[in-house]
Amino acid sequence: MTQGRLSTVGLTVAFGDRTALRDVSLVVPPRAITAVMGPSGCGKTTLLRAVNRLDDGVPGMVRTGEVRLGDEEVTAPATDVAGLRRRVGMVFQRWNPFPRSVFENVAYGPRLAGLRDLADLRGVVESSLRKAALWEEVRDRLDADARTLSGGQQQRLCIARALANAPEVLLLDEPCSALDPGATRRIEELLFELRADLTIILVTHNLQQAARASDYTAYLDAGRLVEVAPTRLLFTNPQDPRTEAYLTGRVA
Amino acid sequence: MIGAGDRAWRATTGLAAAVIPAALLLVTVVLVVGAWPALADAGPGLVASRTWDPGRGTFGAGAALVGTLLTSLLAVLVAAPLGVATAVVTVELAGPRLSRVLAALSDLLAAVPSIVYGLWGAAVLVPLLRSELFPRLKPLGRVIPLLAGPAYGPSLLAAALLLALMILPYVTAVSREVIAAVPRSQREAALALGATRWEMLRDAVLPGARHGILGGVALALGRALGETMAVTMVIGNRHDLSWSLLSPGYTLSSLLANEFGEASGDRHLAALMAVALLLLVVTLLVNAVARGLVRSVRSGRSSLEVAR
Repeated sequence: MTQGRLSTVGLTVAFGDRTALRDVSLVVPPRAITAVMGPSGCGKTTLLRAVNRLDDGVPGMVRTGEVRLGDEEVTAPATDVAGLRRRVGMVFQRWNPFPRSVFENVAYGPRLAGLRDLADLRGVVESSLRKAALWEEVRDRLDADARTLSGGQQQRLCIARALANAPEVLLLDEPCSALDPGATRRIEELLFELRADLTIILVTHNLQQAARASDYTAYLDAGRLVEVAPTRLLFTNPQDPRTEAYLTGRVA
Repeated sequence: MIGAGDRAWRATTGLAAAVIPAALLLVTVVLVVGAWPALADAGPGLVASRTWDPGRGTFGAGAALVGTLLTSLLAVLVAAPLGVATAVVTVELAGPRLSRVLAALSDLLAAVPSIVYGLWGAAVLVPLLRSELFPRLKPLGRVIPLLAGPAYGPSLLAAALLLALMILPYVTAVSREVIAAVPRSQREAALALGATRWEMLRDAVLPGARHGILGGVALALGRALGETMAVTMVIGNRHDLSWSLLSPGYTLSSLLANEFGEASGDRHLAALMAVALLLLVVTLLVNAVARGLVRSVRSGRSSLEVAR
C-alpha cells in the first residue's frame, strides 16, 4: 500500500538569494499526524508548500531534490500539478472560504474534478462536512454565505472543502493560530479522527499543540531538518541540542 | 482651544470645500433658468421629437439623446471586455517587466487629447470603416436592422468605436487595481483545491473583482456620455434616427458644440440650454450609480475577503 506515503529527498528550496529549505530528507508516516515545528522562518511553511507545489509560480523560486507521494515524484516537471493538489489538500493559517454558500465552498473541488450531478454533489458535501464535524452545525444553512460562520466553523469548512477532494494527504499550516482554545480543541479532535485514513502534516509554532495533537514531530531550524521522532520521544528525550534549546524556550 | 490661525485655516479650507458644491449648484441653476422657456414651450417634445429645425423653431433633441446613449453603451460593450482582458493579462499573466510596459501604455491612451482622437477617427477610422468594414456588413443588414441602410462612413458605429478606444484606459486602470486587490488567500484557496490558473481567475479572482470592475465600467460610461470633440468629428451630425449603426447620427454634446456659438435667437439658445441640462442629468445619474458601485467595494460589501 503506497497510498499517502509521502517523503522528501534532499529537498532544497530557495527564493532568489534566500535559501528557505536545505537538503531536507523526511519520511512522513502514512495515516498519522506529523507535526512540523521550529522558530519563525525555519522553513516549515516552505516545506508544506513544496508538497503541493503552491510556490511554483513565485518569481525566483528554485527547487532541487524530490518530493515523493506514493510511487510518484511529484516535483517532476511533467507532474499534473492540479491533479497533485486534488490528492494533497491544504488548510491555511487564515481561513479562506470563498464568498459563496457553505455548499458551494465544499462542492468546489468536486465540481472542478468534473462532478456535475447534483445528488452526487449533495452526497459529497454532506459526507465531507460530517468528516469535518461541521454537518450538525450547518445542515440547515448550507445556502448561507460561508463568511457568516464563526472563525472556528470557517476553518472546519475549509477542512471539509479540502476533504471533498478525497485527498491522501492533508497539509495544515498553523490552522489554529487565529482560533480560541475551544475552537482549537475541536480541530485537534477532528484531526485525530481523520488520521485513520489520511497522512496529515501539521505545521505549528505552538509546542503544546505539537505535543498533544501529533504522533510524530519534526523539528526544523534554519531550513534544516534537525530531527524527527515519535512526539513523546522527541519531547522527553530530544537527541539534538538545538531541539532541546527550542523545547526549553531558549530559542526565540 | 482654537487659535486665530486655526480659525483662519478652517475658514479657508471650508470656503475651498464649498466651492465645489456651489459650482455644481450654480451650473444647474443657470441651466434650468436658461432652459426654462424651452422646457415650458416644447415640454416632453424636447426629447420625444427628433425634428431639430432652428429655422422653423422646432427643437426636438430625441435623435441626439438616443445617439448619446447608443454610442456610449456600445462603446462600453466593446471597451469593457477588452479592458478587463488587458487588466487580467497585465496583473495575472505577464511577467513584471511586460506588466509595467502594458500598464504604462494603457495609461498613455488616457493622455491623448480628445481632438487627436477625433482627427485620427476622421482621417483613418472612418475611411477604413467605409472601405473595409461596411461593405462586409452590408449583407447582414438585410437581417439585422442595426446594420441596415446606406453607409457613408461617418456614423454612430464610428463614434462608438472611437469612444471605446478613448474609455479603454479607464476600464483597464480600474480593473487592474481591483484585480490586484483580490487577496492572495482567495487565489491560493482555489489553486490548492486543484484549480488551474484559468479556473482560479474565473472562480476566485474575477468574482472578487466584479463590483469594482462594474464601477470602473460605469465611470467609463460617464466619460463616454460627455465626450464631445472626437465624437463630433466622426458621427456625421445629423438628426437621424434610423436604428442603423451605420448611418450618421448626433449626440447631445456634439449638438451643443456645433450650434451654441451661432445660436439664432432666444428660443434656439433656450433649447440648447435644455439640451445641456439633459446631458447633465444623464451624466450625473450614471456617475451616481458608478460611485455607489465603487463604494460598495471599498466598504467591503463586495465579494472581497472581509478583513478581520
